[in-house]
Amino acid sequence: MKILKLVLKNFKRHKLRLFLTIGGIGITVMAFTLLRTVLYAWYAGADVAAADRVITRHAVSFIFPLPVAYKHQIANIKGVKKVTYATWFQGIYKDKNQFFPRMAIEPETFFDVYHEYKVKEKKHLQDLITKRNGCIVGVKIAKEYNLKIGDIMVVDGDIYPGTWQFEVVGFYSGEGNKKIDETWMVFNWNYLNESLKLQNSNSANHIGWYVFKIDDIKKTAEISNNVDNLFKNSFAPTKTETEQAFNQSFISMSESIIAALEFISFVIIGILTLVLANTMVMSSRERIKEYAVMKTIGFTAKNIVTLIIGESIFISLIGGIIGTLISFPIVEGIAEALSRFFPIFIIQPSTLIISVVFIIFAGIVSSIVPVMHATKMSIVDGLRHIG
Amino acid sequence: MNANSDNLIQQSQNVENVESNNTIVSIQSLSKSYWREKFEIPVLKNISFDIPKGEFLALMGPSGSGKTTLLNLIAGIDKPSDGKIFVNNVDISLMGESQLANWRTNCIGFIFQFYNLIPVLNAYENVELPLLLTKLSKKERRERVELVLNIVGLSDRMDHSPKQLSGGQQQRVAIARAIVTDPLLIVADEPTGDLDKHSAEEIMLLLQELNAELNKTIIMVTHDPRAAEKAHSIRHFDKGELS
Ligand SMILES: Nc1ncnc2c1ncn2[C@@H]1O[C@H](COP(=O)(O)OP(=O)(O)O)[C@@H](O)[C@H]1O
Ligand SMILES: [Mg+2]
Repeated sequence: MKILKLVLKNFKRHKLRLFLTIGGIGITVMAFTLLRTVLYAWYAGADVAAADRVITRHAVSFIFPLPVAYKHQIANIKGVKKVTYATWFQGIYKDKNQFFPRMAIEPETFFDVYHEYKVKEKKHLQDLITKRNGCIVGVKIAKEYNLKIGDIMVVDGDIYPGTWQFEVVGFYSGEGNKKIDETWMVFNWNYLNESLKLQNSNSANHIGWYVFKIDDIKKTAEISNNVDNLFKNSFAPTKTETEQAFNQSFISMSESIIAALEFISFVIIGILTLVLANTMVMSSRERIKEYAVMKTIGFTAKNIVTLIIGESIFISLIGGIIGTLISFPIVEGIAEALSRFFPIFIIQPSTLIISVVFIIFAGIVSSIVPVMHATKMSIVDGLRHIG
Repeated sequence: MNANSDNLIQQSQNVENVESNNTIVSIQSLSKSYWREKFEIPVLKNISFDIPKGEFLALMGPSGSGKTTLLNLIAGIDKPSDGKIFVNNVDISLMGESQLANWRTNCIGFIFQFYNLIPVLNAYENVELPLLLTKLSKKERRERVELVLNIVGLSDRMDHSPKQLSGGQQQRVAIARAIVTDPLLIVADEPTGDLDKHSAEEIMLLLQELNAELNKTIIMVTHDPRAAEKAHSIRHFDKGELS
């Protein structure tokens, strides 16, 4: 411990170089943290899925609709509890950049199946069922657009053309559960269906997908098969899978991008190591003679190695702590700005743990060459060393 | 540190242990060669001599004659190719690496031509450096450091960094560092080689004082005849042999 205090003294040496090294490490650690957070946000969709929620969609793609009449048939299958359905509506609210999910749903059942999505007031739910054009929005969206009960949201239909007017009748939230996406807008499917019927559209009496809960998650595969077998030879065959798998199928569309990001996040660690190793190699080379002097005085090779590794890890940790600290406000800012794309954008404890592990790893790896310099060199050669 | 090395060090520090003979360093048939690629460079050739306790010995000789090499061997920072070196009756050529390191802390004070202070440590911390390797408490270390800085006349410069000190002052700090563990032996490799005449004289007076008043055995390599004059005895070196 007495000896380790010498590590601190060395920080007096090249203040600018030390500052640049710590800055470089700080920036790379920050980049790493941000990237891991983005990656986590991607995966979060799959992560929030309830294991007992199963989704049935068209076998070809979820953009093909299914008859609403399937509902009763699905509900009759053994092991299926509550069934609800939804249709992707989207449309343009205000302008094209205002992207958040807008869906037509069955109001009587939707919030039972999505039980973590809480509508606090019974009346809100009641209004969603009874008011033809009522809608419920997530509290995040309500806050962002300053939406209050009775406000009208005008949406330009794209999948379903026309100008649609929705009246806000209530709100839902995750009640503190950070994993719940609080950016949905949902409205009564009947409102959509009535106007489709008026237009004699083929889409009338069709929905996007079914979602239901099951008794026993061990029977997921069996129940899913039973559902799909039921509609195998119909016009609209189905594909049934867990919500998790369903969400992952969204993510898989960008799998190669994610793989690239994963790779880059570890490249960043490599850069961090190189930045630090460069500094450590330079400073150990300058100190060859000092190490020889210290050995002459009686410092052992082990003492010197302790000093070098101690210094390396110390620099690495300071940079890492600074990088992590500046990541927090940045992540908060991004979370705010991109809340519609990444409803869950928070620094995970696991990211911090990986960071610390890699920071220490970089500290150790960076001292390999200096340690070899300092231990291989004989005292006599070290003392004769010029420089 | 193992028990064995403790033992050896104790033995070499324990003056009573030495059978009435007055020899502190005994060099017996010592040879040293360096190897560069496949070529052997013989530096010291079969040297034998004794140094009595309390001696102030000057080693003189032309450049490249092996003075530094001999000093390094006596100080235990280099290994002989052949022969033995006894310091206080202990054959240091038999010691292992870490045992030898520990022995150096306790038994050797080394003074270099270019002072070799650690630039980021102030005078106090430089002198304290060897004591960090001992079991002394912070308070005991402070007492020792203040004592030796007082001996070399730099009590008022404790918090100065080497950069803020003149060459002569730096060498005095280095001398303080060399004596702070109260070693058996002080070895100095051209301690005045980098100093102006006046500073050199001061350093020589200081070494004389250490020898006369504290009874320290000093082995000093020097080019400077005026410096050598201050020693008790002078040995000349040429081409790796004593003359
Ligand atoms: N570590 C070493 N490796 C190779 N040759 C060395 C080494 N140390 C000293 N020598 C050689 O040994 C000879 C004696 O060197 P040295 O003891 O430094 O002489 P002096 O101190 O008398 O000037 C020189 O020729 C020198 O080049
Ligand atoms: Mg020399």
